[in-house]
Amino acid sequence: MKKRLIVLIPILLTVLSAAVLWAADEPPTPESNRNAIDLVQSHADYVWTLVAAALVFFMQAGFAMVEVGFTRAKNAINILMKNLMDFSIGSLAFWAVGFGLMFGVSKSGWLGTSGFFLSDFTPEGDPWVLAFWMFQVVFAATAATIVSGAMAERTKFTGYLCYSVVVCGLIYPIFGGWAWGGLFNGGGWLEGLGFIDFAGSTVVHSVGGWAALAGAIVLGPRLGKYAKDGSIRPIPGHNMPLAALGVFILWLGWFGFNPGSTTAASKDIAMIFVNTNLAAATGAVCAMVISWLKFGKPEVSMSLNGALAGLVAITAPCANVSPTSSVVIGAVAGVLVVFSVLFFDRIKIDDPVGAVSVHGVNGAWGTLAAGLFNTGGTSAAIIGVQLLGIVACFVWTFATAFTMFKLIDKTVGLRVSPEEELEGLDYTEHGGNAYPDFEVLSPHGAGVAGGGFGGPGAVPAMSRGMRHSTENA
Amino acid sequence: MKKIEAVIKPFKLDEVKDALNKLGIKGMMISEIKGFGRQRGHKEIYRGAEYQVDFVPKIKIGVVADDDMTDRIITGIKDAAFTGKIGDGKIFVYSVEQAIRIRTGESGNEAL
Repeated sequence: MKKRLIVLIPILLTVLSAAVLWAADEPPTPESNRNAIDLVQSHADYVWTLVAAALVFFMQAGFAMVEVGFTRAKNAINILMKNLMDFSIGSLAFWAVGFGLMFGVSKSGWLGTSGFFLSDFTPEGDPWVLAFWMFQVVFAATAATIVSGAMAERTKFTGYLCYSVVVCGLIYPIFGGWAWGGLFNGGGWLEGLGFIDFAGSTVVHSVGGWAALAGAIVLGPRLGKYAKDGSIRPIPGHNMPLAALGVFILWLGWFGFNPGSTTAASKDIAMIFVNTNLAAATGAVCAMVISWLKFGKPEVSMSLNGALAGLVAITAPCANVSPTSSVVIGAVAGVLVVFSVLFFDRIKIDDPVGAVSVHGVNGAWGTLAAGLFNTGGTSAAIIGVQLLGIVACFVWTFATAFTMFKLIDKTVGLRVSPEEELEGLDYTEHGGNAYPDFEVLSPHGAGVAGGGFGGPGAVPAMSRGMRHSTENA
Repeated sequence: MKKIEAVIKPFKLDEVKDALNKLGIKGMMISEIKGFGRQRGHKEIYRGAEYQVDFVPKIKIGVVADDDMTDRIITGIKDAAFTGKIGDGKIFVYSVEQAIRIRTGESGNEAL
């Protein structure tokens, strides 16, 4: 009994004094309650925005895997280096210059003039600029990395590094400012007209897609891709499992890309999630069906592209269309991407991963769809502004990217030599081998001139050396 | 001594290996090859472009044995690798001049 009291009394005294001290705090007022609630909302906004930013960052892995899977093993290291660097260099360019051009104070509505090197951030100031920057930088990097797929297997690494600086430092942020500047300190002329592009079908994906088109055109096709008789030689990717993994990672990341663009923790994100998923799924199904009808069997690479096309297409309208509309938008995207891939091959623009078709073409479709399927109703004016934005993006991006690639070509050099291309960029650009334990042979490599495949006198593709098919194109 | 080399369909490897084991053959070697005879190949399609794949994956299995084992080995491989469909493969027989076991230095039939 005595022992119990000795323990109990100090406890009682502590509790009593705590209660007395606590009761000495200010009682809550409506004011302080409101502030507290606002603070919680603000914290939630930060959390959601940054979680979404992390998801979008993870899309870099998705892009890397898709591109590695759709290209040959002898170039895998080069693909990975380009992906690693367009993110890293792009991030720095966006920090130094891009963010300011895109979101800085803008009197004209054409370009921002403040916020370079994250000058908006002060240690005692509002850290929202950091969260916002983090979210925006991963978007810029997404636009940048789209291009590496279209330019795969024949681009000089140094040339690509130059591109990375320009795309995130100039091309992307200028157009981005026109459409999104008002989200921070700026204000663009395009958004002022009511342009709808919630998460960036045009701002991110079309910019990437049209820059990819410019790059593919300036580079020219891979050796052996298009035969002299006009036929198209397939150069199959070396790893479909990686390509599919990449698409699933992108799909996952897109749940940060689209809903995250609210940059706020609100109930709106639910419909955006659903729209995103429905468009992707429908895109995949429709692309599969089209490939099945056209080629006789459901083809994996087209089906994967279909999912991505749906995702790109829903990116602009994800917040202002219904789930049912999302199905339609995804369906059109899935059909469009297949025909687009075939079209670019027919006009001899070699795009190893379909980047131009997935991102450029469907970025435009998604932007138009945002006008057509707007839940508030559509009109000629709304559609007109959407079309204006689509065209403005194409003109700005293609012109600047084409000029930039031409300049790079004339100075640093954009394309590797034919010998380097045949040898494989892993070795020639990086002194490495992505699969040191395996024979990296590609009988589907650069095609043979004449002789062709399979005649009794044909030179077997594997008879020459270690790395790959070395027949002359 | 003879080397009996057989080009067979890859999924027949286990059957052929078992047949050779039953004959008392203790060692053999295989390599993964591609080839075609009259079988030719097939058409594949990638992103809408068709291409002919003539070279078909095969397994080449090699056994070096005493001369009087040769006929039994040939029959054993032939029966195990047979499917009746085109592409079953071929068997070639070469003369072997010399054979040495590296660990012990034995040569000739003792090395087999």
